[in-house]
Amino acid sequence: MAEKLGVYICGGCEIGKALDLAGLAEHVKNSKVAPLCKVIKTNPVLCSPEGVAEIEADIKAEGLDGVVVCACSPRVKWDIFRFGDKIQVERVNLREQCVWSFQDDAKVPGLLTLMAQDYVRMGVTRLSKAAIPAPEIPETSKTLMVLGGGFTGMTAALNAAALNRDVILVEKGDKLGGKALNMYKTFPLAAPYDKAQDTGIEKMVAAVSGNPKIKVLLNSTLESLEGAPGLFKATIAGSVYDVGAAILATGWVPGEAKHLEPFGYGTMKNVVTSAQFEEMAKSGKIVRPSDGKPAASVAFVLDMDLALKDVSYDAAAACEPPAPLAGDAPAEGEEKPFVYEQTESAKHLAISSEISSLVALKQAGYVAELNAGAVAMVLYDHMMVPGINEKYYKAAQDNASIMLTKAVVTGVTESGDGSLTVAAKDTLIGDSIELVADLVVLPTAVVPVTAYEPTMNFVYRQGPHFPDLKLFDGFVDSNYICFPYETRRTGVYAAGCAHQPMTMANARDDAAGAVLKAVQCIESINRGVAVHPRSGDLSFPVFNFVRCTQCKRCTEECPFGALDDDEKGTPKPNYTRCRRCGTCMGACPERVIKFDSYNVDQIGSTIKEVQVPDDMVKGGPRVIVLVCENDAYPALDMAAFRGKSWSPYVRFIPVRCLGSVNAIWVADAMSKGVDGVMLLGCKYGDDYQCHFVKGSELCSRRKENIAESLKRLGVEAERVEQYEVAIDEYDQIPGLIEKFMTEVITKFGPNPFKGY
Amino acid sequence: MANNSILVVGGGFAGITAALEAAEVGYDVTIVETNPYLGGRVAQLNQYFPKLCPPSCGLEIQFQRIKNNPRVRFYTMAEVASVSGGPGAYEVKIKQRPRHVNERCTACGECEKAAKTTVPNEFEFGLCQRKAVYKTHGFAFPFRYVLDPAGVPAEELEAIQAACPYEAIDLAEGEKVFDLTVGSIVYATGWKPYDLKNLDNLGSGKLKNVVSNMQMERLASPSGPTNGQILRPSDHKAPKRIAFVQCAGSRDQNHLNYCSYICCMASLKHVAYIRKNNPDAKVVIYYIDLRTPGRYDKFKKRILADEHLSLVKGKVAKIVEDKHKNPVVTVENAVTGIKSDETFDLVVLATGMQPTMAGQKVPASVLDEDGFVLGAEDKGVVAAGCAKSPLDVMKTAQSGTGAALKAIQNVVGR
Repeated sequence: MAEKLGVYICGGCEIGKALDLAGLAEHVKNSKVAPLCKVIKTNPVLCSPEGVAEIEADIKAEGLDGVVVCACSPRVKWDIFRFGDKIQVERVNLREQCVWSFQDDAKVPGLLTLMAQDYVRMGVTRLSKAAIPAPEIPETSKTLMVLGGGFTGMTAALNAAALNRDVILVEKGDKLGGKALNMYKTFPLAAPYDKAQDTGIEKMVAAVSGNPKIKVLLNSTLESLEGAPGLFKATIAGSVYDVGAAILATGWVPGEAKHLEPFGYGTMKNVVTSAQFEEMAKSGKIVRPSDGKPAASVAFVLDMDLALKDVSYDAAAACEPPAPLAGDAPAEGEEKPFVYEQTESAKHLAISSEISSLVALKQAGYVAELNAGAVAMVLYDHMMVPGINEKYYKAAQDNASIMLTKAVVTGVTESGDGSLTVAAKDTLIGDSIELVADLVVLPTAVVPVTAYEPTMNFVYRQGPHFPDLKLFDGFVDSNYICFPYETRRTGVYAAGCAHQPMTMANARDDAAGAVLKAVQCIESINRGVAVHPRSGDLSFPVFNFVRCTQCKRCTEECPFGALDDDEKGTPKPNYTRCRRCGTCMGACPERVIKFDSYNVDQIGSTIKEVQVPDDMVKGGPRVIVLVCENDAYPALDMAAFRGKSWSPYVRFIPVRCLGSVNAIWVADAMSKGVDGVMLLGCKYGDDYQCHFVKGSELCSRRKENIAESLKRLGVEAERVEQYEVAIDEYDQIPGLIEKFMTEVITKFGPNPFKGY
Repeated sequence: MANNSILVVGGGFAGITAALEAAEVGYDVTIVETNPYLGGRVAQLNQYFPKLCPPSCGLEIQFQRIKNNPRVRFYTMAEVASVSGGPGAYEVKIKQRPRHVNERCTACGECEKAAKTTVPNEFEFGLCQRKAVYKTHGFAFPFRYVLDPAGVPAEELEAIQAACPYEAIDLAEGEKVFDLTVGSIVYATGWKPYDLKNLDNLGSGKLKNVVSNMQMERLASPSGPTNGQILRPSDHKAPKRIAFVQCAGSRDQNHLNYCSYICCMASLKHVAYIRKNNPDAKVVIYYIDLRTPGRYDKFKKRILADEHLSLVKGKVAKIVEDKHKNPVVTVENAVTGIKSDETFDLVVLATGMQPTMAGQKVPASVLDEDGFVLGAEDKGVVAAGCAKSPLDVMKTAQSGTGAALKAIQNVVGR
């Protein structure tokens, strides 16, 4: 705990003009937090070299262990107010949150002073309840496990070996190579992107097999993965291996044939999939399955409208309803056995459009190459070759043996001799056309193996699988656009077609990226710090099990499945799975969980530093705003920068994530006489923006429980409201506050507990 | 002498990603960025597809990571002047232009109040003016003013200097040149919007109510020149009929001989912006192929359900303006063969990406015919993001992460 604090009040950027700095310092000296403050000073420009030098001198002379900088937002001058690992720093945002955004209320004098006084005492209290975390660093395994011995998995393994890492490469089949083994050629992997090329897979298999850093396990699957990143125990083919982190490159399987029935697949012999066609090309013969005659004309159908008619894009339908919070419902005896819900659907045909288009262009090129004089026809709705592969499309357009047209395919019929007629409309060569072909080739949908099975087989309390895969149609994808490797299971990074449908050129980069993330995860653990999104954070949750009532809230709510439990239900933390969001801390009704630098007592005490006038009419109401520090807090800064202002009766308290908000804080606020609590956090739902995936959503559900408790006490539930605020919704924040103040405070009047 | 630090050229999303991912493994990284801020093109976007979430959210995380990681150093307004040496020990000369505003700046804004001269705002693609001393944008990182003294009278510069309460304005600051030794180099130099001036048939950038897709991002941004109101530039009225012209420069051997990857999804995203802003506006998208790869299919389906949106397959031949400054679009429908002239209130050109380095020299690497950086991975020179090929943000992040690994592979054990 920081006990010898220096409090520095800056006068720059209009703070000194708006506030009586000496008076504010005097207030701190005479307040209940004074014993914590060894030094209380004002400075005209604290961020100037002179201001910083003064703080540094005091740290030395007075032996300060904490500095409360009462100046601007912690988001600015971050590099200036930094005094080494041993000195904790708390920033009190007098500039953006007090002076710049102050809106006076003539009815009550001295509001700005009261606000600044509150914030400075709150800052001192908050820092006094924080300690520098000292994580224990576990003995880790640096070995990387790569699941899948196809192109992506082998690329990952070779990349890891090039970093001198030991690799265990696990392949389900009896040889390395995966899907690429069956390919005649691949579409271009490098500039000038105009020719299909050899996959190079045999060379790669040889390189992997001959690499002493790579241990290849064939005919093997990951039976279970126990433990946590850095400390995993992987059971593979009956043997147990120590593993630091894993790369999931189990790739894809072809989509189910039934979706292709509207095109005659399964009933017409000469209708084949692109996977079947590729095998024919690999064998050197493109023939009609019906009679073995060389195909003189091949139609490649890319427009999948007929197969997609009944596909639902309703996001709500795709998503599981949220499980009830622990404690919401009584436990029901035996737990149900785990059933993995598979996510394969016709939609994968649409999702695979880019691969399908490129494959069709490639295979159209095979036609004349292998059957002299034969022609290929490609019927597409949108030729899905984004980016640099346009060059490959251009090359196909220049190939006289390939005819390409936009078309909406309306049906395929078979004539007596087995040849096929493809009917299409809205084409570039006529409104309604019929094309006769010896062979019709339909796309093969890329369906990730994870659409069918949990694959990782985590021995985690929350189950063996990645949560949320329905949202990603079975792919082990990230919901963050900026952070494509982040999932809800720390230490496992997907690459290749298990990650997203992608080309081999993309998979090559993707495998490299996944290896980097895996190595980075292990290195972070070795430094005792968290990975994304609080990368570098030394703090970690500490459990005081004496008070634990085994309610299971923390184990069930952790968005990252970091907590297991024993038979009695006592949580078993796995620090290297943890992302430090504090959702467990927010869930716990017994204050069992704390972080050294962030805890229930700390924020509760900070709330209690807000001075609440006994008489709301004379002194005005008071509202606590718990602000997500990730997005809502920067939005507040921005609002202040843009000259916005808001009610002088609100007090902002930053929190790690709304998921870390403990109901006790609301109770603390209410019992103190605070008239309302606003919770500002990230958007939730399918397109969630919560940095910790579930934090803001969990908060909204806990809020319902809080509302119930308030009602029982005779307090209006509406006094506690959560708002979704994106980082760019800064212009809307004053309106939200205004609305809350008028609707809640004006409507309900003072908190009935005021003055108790 | 061998060196295991990494130079990242370009502080956009690919560069920041490459730098942070390498630094968090434990390598020292230096970012050199030509703009006065980090974040690159992403900083100018209003929202990402398909989530319609603000890029400043992800950038905020990246900037926090930079703040918390002493292994990452960065220089803004800086460029690589030359590279000598070889793998494991590249000698790099960096040139940094003067910002004329030092680290004492608190971003209080007093200087801006004293400034009078205005020039077109580069960050806003000329949609509004900026002062000589300015903050590029609200979420700028580093959060510090920039002074551009070009064409500003001496007395105004003095007034700007005098207005600063913190002695942060340094009029005498000159160009700095300094040397770095690094083991690997990542080129993440990104892209620039294809210059409208080259598109003669589409108005050469001279038609007032024909904007680029990047200008559309700024018009829709709450921090943009219209505070997020989509208004047409000529009269600041809300447009009722809007056309999108896809492949404005892209997929055209006279301009960009490739597809720019993002423009179809960007235009669909713009339809969502318009719908939020202006619920009744009618929108037409003229396209060759609507390229919505992978799981973006879902977003396409969602936007295409909009009853005020119509799609026409056809390449726009010409745009002129009528006497009311309404753009008139000449187009042939590729399916029906019908040629027509259509009048709109606003036209958005889905301009493509041109690699920033096109036409320039890249030390220690070469460019392909389109200007993309080829890199030389075996020598520790790695291309990442849109410097390498046209990509969206998500794939850029993958590319940046992969590039970090390649850069590390070249320095490991040195």
